[in-house]
Amino acid sequence: MRFSALRVIAEGLTGHRGWGPLWRNPDPKPEYDYIIVGGGGHGLSTAYYLANTFKQARIALVERGWIGQGNIGRNTTIFRSNYLLPGNEPFYEFSMKLWEGLEQAFNFNAMVSQRGIINLIHTDGQRDAYRRRGNAMLLAGADAELLSRDQVREICPFLNFDNARFPIKGGLMQRRAGTARHDGVAWGYARGADQAGVDLIQNCEVTGFRIENGKIRGLETSRGYIGAKKVGVAVAGMSGKVMAMAGMRLPIESHVLQAFVSEGLKPVIPGVITFGAGHFYVSQSDKGGLVFGGDIDGYNSYAQRGNLPVIEDVAEGGMALMPMIGRARLLRAWGGIMDMSMDGSPIIDRTPVEGLYLNAGWCYGGFKATPASGYCFAHLLATDRSHDVARLMRLDRFESGHVIDEKGVGATPNLH
Amino acid sequence: MLIPHPLLGLRDAQEFVYLGDASLIERPDGMAEGAPRAFYEYAYLRDNPTGVHRELWFHEQGDRSWLIVTRNISTHEILGAELARDVALKSLDDKRKGGAA
Repeated sequence: MRFSALRVIAEGLTGHRGWGPLWRNPDPKPEYDYIIVGGGGHGLSTAYYLANTFKQARIALVERGWIGQGNIGRNTTIFRSNYLLPGNEPFYEFSMKLWEGLEQAFNFNAMVSQRGIINLIHTDGQRDAYRRRGNAMLLAGADAELLSRDQVREICPFLNFDNARFPIKGGLMQRRAGTARHDGVAWGYARGADQAGVDLIQNCEVTGFRIENGKIRGLETSRGYIGAKKVGVAVAGMSGKVMAMAGMRLPIESHVLQAFVSEGLKPVIPGVITFGAGHFYVSQSDKGGLVFGGDIDGYNSYAQRGNLPVIEDVAEGGMALMPMIGRARLLRAWGGIMDMSMDGSPIIDRTPVEGLYLNAGWCYGGFKATPASGYCFAHLLATDRSHDVARLMRLDRFESGHVIDEKGVGATPNLH
Repeated sequence: MLIPHPLLGLRDAQEFVYLGDASLIERPDGMAEGAPRAFYEYAYLRDNPTGVHRELWFHEQGDRSWLIVTRNISTHEILGAELARDVALKSLDDKRKGGAA
């Protein structure tokens, strides 16, 4: 079933009786060539590209709960490619290019909207840093533009430009950045994978790995044993728990990150805006709610909910940046579990167990990476070689010293 | 979250700075055989369990003591707190006794 304008009109005239479920709900087969563990954004996109781009078959995806109930449904829906380091920036720009063609590729409306992002500048030092970052972005083929104070004022007249401590001096803008409907991304990938023959097996929790002579044989699950030649794990916040079943300790801590949405307002915020003096960022959804967030709570957590002090901190950031936000009421707050890595950058790599692969450590930047993460992980699974843009995202980089530390704070996951 | 400080009673978690897993108190011996590997594991690898977790909190805006807080990280319930100093001294003591036996 392909979606098209003609189809929508035809269904509209016949009472919408022709729509079916977007994917099947199959039972697990005894054996597969590939099993992806985790039915979130990254797992689903991995399955999608493995079947569609790399033309592999006999693929299953197992998910403990329902498709897309984790962080793909809990984020602030922003995609951008404004990183600095060579290990990151080409990867995120690759992801940006996949975002740009995503809806046509998987024939699903993910509401991808390139409305731009502005990182605000408050000091001369910050301007130098953002000029350098902008140049790094241009070198990787991304777009970047340094805005003057007046240019920022033209786009966002409502900001507090003359805050006594943090006056706004300008901004770094990436016009191709934007937002997408996060659930739509999950559903689009799930449907695309299903149509290419991937078995999406829900309510199927992995309870153990069967490993013989250092090689993966299959998975023990709550729905019985499933054999597999290759297994790719993409379970975000639960990475530590899942990989412990394979006898591995990871350079990852799980932390809780909160996000917030206000009541619906008329269009007021043109794109994504980030505060450069505190940690606060905001965009506006198509329904009108202001979607915003800030720092992680800062302590290990698997609770999918945070505490009030961070809510206060985020609200203070919002008030400092755009005092008008004080007139809006907070509608909802929620939390997701982040796999915070030791250098703030992700891991897409094989593991010491032959046939077992790991995709983890996305910290709180996983949503924007969803397309490239799946593409590069599928590349690794299908060809046993890292994709060029993900070749530095290695599991052993901490031991060899080749960390990708954007923020330069070292092995302190709660500060990345 | 309120942390039951052994000396000061219940204190707001906001007064504390969080470091992480309490095993970080056991720093490897830099002169031992295989020290680079041991330091790599010490600095970078974590058990990252669900449920009960022992972790280091520093009372920065209080009496500046290090605590080991036992906390259920799946529910945020705090199960107890002790001075890290007491834990470290006891561990040293146990090691000495173990060495003598």
